[in-house]
Amino acid sequence: MDGISLLTITVLAVFVGFEVVSKVSSTLHTPLMSGANAIHGIILVGAIIVAGQASDPWVLAVALLAVVLATANLVGGFVVTDRMLEMFGGRKRPVEKQPPSPAAQASGGKEGAR
Amino acid sequence: MTLLDPLWTSLLYLAAAVCFILALRGLSSPRTARRGNLLGAFGALLAVVTVFVSVKMDNIPWILGAIVVGSAVAAPVARRVQMTQMPQLVALFNGVGGGAAALVGLLELGHTGDAWVRVAIVFTLLVGAVSFAGSAITFAKLQELMTTRPVLFPGLPVLMGAVLLAAVGVGVVVVFNGSFALALVLLALGLVAGVLLVLPVGGADVPIVISLLNAFTGLAVAASGLVLGNVLLVVAGTLVGASGTILTRAMAAAMGRKVTGILFGAFRGGSTAGSTTASDRPVRSSSAEDVAVLLGYAQRVIIVPGYGLAVAQGQHTAAELALALQARGIRVDFAIHPVAGRMPGHMNVLLAEADVPYESLREMGEINSEFRTADVALVVGANDVVNPAAKTSAGSPIYGMPILEVAEARQVVFLKRSMRPGFAGIENELLYEPQTTLLFGDAKDSLTKVLGAVKAL
Repeated sequence: MDGISLLTITVLAVFVGFEVVSKVSSTLHTPLMSGANAIHGIILVGAIIVAGQASDPWVLAVALLAVVLATANLVGGFVVTDRMLEMFGGRKRPVEKQPPSPAAQASGGKEGAR
Repeated sequence: MTLLDPLWTSLLYLAAAVCFILALRGLSSPRTARRGNLLGAFGALLAVVTVFVSVKMDNIPWILGAIVVGSAVAAPVARRVQMTQMPQLVALFNGVGGGAAALVGLLELGHTGDAWVRVAIVFTLLVGAVSFAGSAITFAKLQELMTTRPVLFPGLPVLMGAVLLAAVGVGVVVVFNGSFALALVLLALGLVAGVLLVLPVGGADVPIVISLLNAFTGLAVAASGLVLGNVLLVVAGTLVGASGTILTRAMAAAMGRKVTGILFGAFRGGSTAGSTTASDRPVRSSSAEDVAVLLGYAQRVIIVPGYGLAVAQGQHTAAELALALQARGIRVDFAIHPVAGRMPGHMNVLLAEADVPYESLREMGEINSEFRTADVALVVGANDVVNPAAKTSAGSPIYGMPILEVAEARQVVFLKRSMRPGFAGIENELLYEPQTTLLFGDAKDSLTKVLGAVKAL
């Protein structure tokens, strides 16, 4: 791709990046940071390309190290973010003060049996 | 194997880029955050599959092996890490990402004759190395492998300036002659610069630095995208760079700091005030039974949880104590400072893990005016976020940070391990005030004792 197209894309991406996180509550700062952290693990694509073109064993070794590091960033980043958000999700459900009435459970059971 | 048509490759990369944008968008709202993150992971998977089917590659078994190794190391760690140690882990993942970008830049140096491409390579190398080394120091500080206080020595600003000048100089030469040996020198200079950048940052400001280094890694990835002519890397890296910058500013604002102040404040000697050791002034320490009486006969109790609570894994006991007090007809709230714990929003994660009902978690702005009506403010393992020095002592490293106004409550009870200062390494005057009572011990043990005594009332 020619330089000017890449520049255009870069500049537009800057604005998108500013825009998408402009109004976020401090509660979500940590997961958002962790999520963004996972996204730059996509350098894995670059590491794979470099490793795929390597012919010299040393170059391959360094490229494979880059693949390992990038994978750790990508996989670890998404997993740890998901774990954090799982906990946030847990308390989003409305707190049920009363247990469901026996009648409701019974009818639910019947419907399940049908 | 026939390779994927370039048009389809571009379209798939575009789809992955859209996934990333939607992921960040989703992460900005609690309702959509988890879905957003999963969408991001899907985009990443799509991109990795695309690269395998669209580029002619050798060494595929090796590459797949490396991916398996990376996943096998990272996934279990990310699954098992205690939520209190999560900031370190984020720093670590950020660092290895920066390191990977620097290595990609280094290896691409031999593949190009274009000076402009070499500019991008130099940028990738330098910024990736800064991010890697900076994150390593951040990790060491958070894990308390080294002191959490700012590390300063005479000549630090001069040394930093010299390293940066040398890096720019070497970088220019690399752009013109593409020397591999000099690129290694550049890498080393980047590593030194990363270490020097983070050393003078005080413990309490470390989370902001993680976010900043996160943005750095994003920029390094974007530059490597320019090197490889890969649009997805450019878009994803730039997105993270831009959003990371905004996030860094937002975090700094939540802590009442300026980003430049955090990075360069120590260079000017601005954040070195405060004592390093516990003083031996008299304090009023008390027994669990006395604290239970204070709490049990109050009408309104506000619990202020801090990092100490999380370290001691005392969230569940705190939640139980709140229930026991509520059973006595006492109104109990948790006051959450935005940077309680070690990162903005960290305490919300920790208390959510302990099933503390959402309605009891009150944000600082909301609850600060209510401390006046509270009989007891129970501070569990928190120090810096309730330290009045943030308001009164202009030389203090935490000066200007918004705090929870626990001093307004009729009685203040601190559950503390010792008189050791908090993470920011400064003393808390509130501990010596007449309305303050201290109960020394591990946060969970103390809470368990107080809980038992409250039940026995």
